[in-house]
Amino acid sequence: MNKPLRRIAIFCGILVLALLVRTNYLQYVKADELSTRDENRRVRIERYAHERGNIIVDGGKSVTGSVETKSGDFKYKRVWENGPLWAPVTGYSSQAFGATQLESIEDGILTGNDDQLFFDRTMSMFTGDKKQGGNVVTTLNSAAQKAAFEGLGNKKGAVAALDPKTGAILALASTPSYDPSTFAGNSDKDSEAWQKLQKDKDKPMLNRALRETYPPGSTFKVVTAAAALENGLYTDIDADTKSPLPWRLPLTTGKPLANEGNIPCENASLREALRMSCNTVFGKISDDLGNQKMIDEADKFGFNKEIFSPVRSAASIYPKDNRPQNAMAGIGQASNRATPLQMAMVAAAVANDGKLMQPYMVAKRQSPGLDDIYTHEPEQLSQPLSGENAQKLQQMMETVVSSGTGTNAKVPGATVGGKTGTAQHGLNNSEKPYAWFISYAKTDSGSPVAVAVVVEDSKALRDNISGGGLAAPIAQAVMKAVIDSEK
Amino acid sequence: MSVVTNTTTIGAIDAPSRRNTELMMMVFAIAISVFAYANVGLAIDGSLPSGMFGYGLGLVLLGGVAHLVVRKFAPYADPLLLPLATLLNGLGLVLIWRLDQSQRLIDRAEGAWGKFTPDAPKQLMYSAVGVALLVAVLIILKDHRILQRYTYISMVAALVLLVLPMFFPAVNGAKIWVSLGPFSIQPGEFAKIIIAIFFSGYLMVKRDALALASRRFMGLYLPRGRDLGPILVIWALSILILVFETDLGTSLLFFGLFVIMLYVATERTSWIVFGLLMSAAGAVGVATFEPHVQSRVTAWQDPFACYSTDVSGACEQISNAIMSFGSGGTLGTGWGQGHSDLIGFAANADFILSTVGEELGLAGMMAVLLIYGLIVERGVRTALAARDPFGKLLAIGLSGAFAIQVFVVAGGVMGLIPLTGMTMPFLAAGGSSVIANWALIGILIRISDTARRPAPTPAPSSDAEMTQVVRP
Repeated sequence: MNKPLRRIAIFCGILVLALLVRTNYLQYVKADELSTRDENRRVRIERYAHERGNIIVDGGKSVTGSVETKSGDFKYKRVWENGPLWAPVTGYSSQAFGATQLESIEDGILTGNDDQLFFDRTMSMFTGDKKQGGNVVTTLNSAAQKAAFEGLGNKKGAVAALDPKTGAILALASTPSYDPSTFAGNSDKDSEAWQKLQKDKDKPMLNRALRETYPPGSTFKVVTAAAALENGLYTDIDADTKSPLPWRLPLTTGKPLANEGNIPCENASLREALRMSCNTVFGKISDDLGNQKMIDEADKFGFNKEIFSPVRSAASIYPKDNRPQNAMAGIGQASNRATPLQMAMVAAAVANDGKLMQPYMVAKRQSPGLDDIYTHEPEQLSQPLSGENAQKLQQMMETVVSSGTGTNAKVPGATVGGKTGTAQHGLNNSEKPYAWFISYAKTDSGSPVAVAVVVEDSKALRDNISGGGLAAPIAQAVMKAVIDSEK
Repeated sequence: MSVVTNTTTIGAIDAPSRRNTELMMMVFAIAISVFAYANVGLAIDGSLPSGMFGYGLGLVLLGGVAHLVVRKFAPYADPLLLPLATLLNGLGLVLIWRLDQSQRLIDRAEGAWGKFTPDAPKQLMYSAVGVALLVAVLIILKDHRILQRYTYISMVAALVLLVLPMFFPAVNGAKIWVSLGPFSIQPGEFAKIIIAIFFSGYLMVKRDALALASRRFMGLYLPRGRDLGPILVIWALSILILVFETDLGTSLLFFGLFVIMLYVATERTSWIVFGLLMSAAGAVGVATFEPHVQSRVTAWQDPFACYSTDVSGACEQISNAIMSFGSGGTLGTGWGQGHSDLIGFAANADFILSTVGEELGLAGMMAVLLIYGLIVERGVRTALAARDPFGKLLAIGLSGAFAIQVFVVAGGVMGLIPLTGMTMPFLAAGGSSVIANWALIGILIRISDTARRPAPTPAPSSDAEMTQVVRP
């Protein structure tokens, strides 16, 4: 009986060998794939197993934190200080619903798993320090952010503010907002809060400053004016533009293009046309230049592509279109769409003597030991207009604030340039218009700031909605906050 | 084996008893387990756990008693079997105790049954019963050949044990439990030993008939119907177990056991062919009709499918187990620092191996699998060394059953074969399993002792004595 016994011994050996091969396959060959699978809960357990790094504003104040939770798999929960105020900047990081925006993009630094932190991790392995995440230092200015958020109040809308010299984002507000702390955990209560936000008709989780595109209305006339100057259509901003009134859209036979009220737009100069916001003058400029030149100029200002700051913002659109539509797009209507950030970039480029800087909101990344491991260097994105033309446009915009539609934006002790906008929307202008205001402020000591404000749906009566009335005071408050905070 | 080396257990005259080797190994096995406790405690609370002393003392007592009894009643027994089983039982206790500390499992138990009872104390108690059974086997069973007398009684007992669970409600989809008040046992675990005894007795008597009185048909030896009868009965029975109790593992175990023993007894390869054909036919048939088995097969084919489609328990468990193996990687997370408890209610039973995989890593898994391999090969060696056919058959039957069980459970947990729901011998929480496996080790030790015992010294013969010379 010994011969079959030996064969059985071999058979049993093969069984054990098969198990050994399988365990090697699972734990060596497939280990990486299995340990990082989405279904593998350990990935998330690990993410929340230690304190997450913080998002910092004003160069040192943290707007986030971590609290230890008592129950469940996840040890630490993310909390935000003044969540609704900062949510459009930070995004959320929820144990149950994932993460967005800075919380998601900078996750590697915040969790401490980023390769840039390899050295720190290795060191703390030897020193036995608790694992910790690094910090993300943003460019945000809390005074400006507060001014923007409080200015919007219970109205629906958004504010984006930039430092024109560097492209640093100073404020990024969106209302109605939400508190990411309400669904940061993993409980039924968190789930309910999430569901409620998802179902809210006002879309509080939409970051209007970056992700929503609106018809920019008359604020776009700044771009049209820049196009006129850059293409040499006009050189003197105070010269007669030879614009007829009434002016009919090209290739159309219907009613002529209307101006807002009975304003003297016939043959108005560029300065006057911008001051009074003449649709006829800028419609004609857009038509005279043609679709392609308008597209080129808009592109230089950043239209028609997504912008990463590093949070993605939706692409603003200056469309390829036929002549009448192109003329309408030139006054910020038709299919022309812009994000508040985009319009802030327009104001910033003008204020910065024609140089458009890449907008950014992450100034530094820090290791858990607070060493800087990355510092942002300002970067020029493009030059939409020459320095000379930019200064001409500044004069025009400053006239708007000093004696035009934007007088509500005056800031004592600063030179302010701006442009109002009241954008029609809805079929045949059926819905309440959007109130826009873009502006910049300059003082002797520098401290320039460029702002774009859009108020989407205020409770105001239709006739009272205007960029100068609703949006300009908010822009004024933001600019004032930036200037005051730099003193 | 033509060359007799000093490593063979075949009783060369004056084979060393190796009892001191066994003692050294026992100390080693218990020390590893105690260190493992310390490790879990330090990892979870940062302090030496109180359990370390309680369980450590328990292990020392159990191991010590077992060793002393072997020293006294089975002095020539294989020196590896007892320490290997002790090591596995010790590690199993640590694993169960470690899973008892899991807040996730505690919450789960409290949610499902209102209270949580730790399994480690029960496991220690069952281990004590198991070792007591081993001691009883060694003391009462002076010679394993006595078991031959109970061939047919064993058959009846095995049948009763196998059929009994049909009359009790299913637990987690399989009817493998018999509940008596607060106690519940898995008769299958005991049946595997009893049925091995029956097969050994039956085949020892019938092996010549089965091997020789057969007709040749298409290159195969077909035995006579009256010899083949019991085999077909067993085949049918294992299918019936599968169908009525939806116990894939047990039926595979019995059928494999029977094929191995038939092959060893008759030395005919044709039995393997028959066995494979019959089990393949049975398996395909059952897999087609039985939904419980079907879901297991589906979960095996694509363990991650349930995440994209509907959620079925079988898939969730197996995918979690596979991920815990992957997360363990080469060196593992360390005792107490893994998340194998994500598997849920079976984490300390069927799936206990995934805790080994995650917390001890590939290195620990290979070590544990090799320990099982060693037990099996020591059992096969015992079979080789045994001098009587009954002992040979019983030893190979028991070690073969052990090997198949290890393969079926570990392979199922690792996704190598469909999951079957048996317990990992010695490691898994469960009274029946640990008691039955200690009894199994006891019988193997008894057979190895008989096999390695030196031949009695020849009786003194006056003829052989030196002629006395009477000097004048």
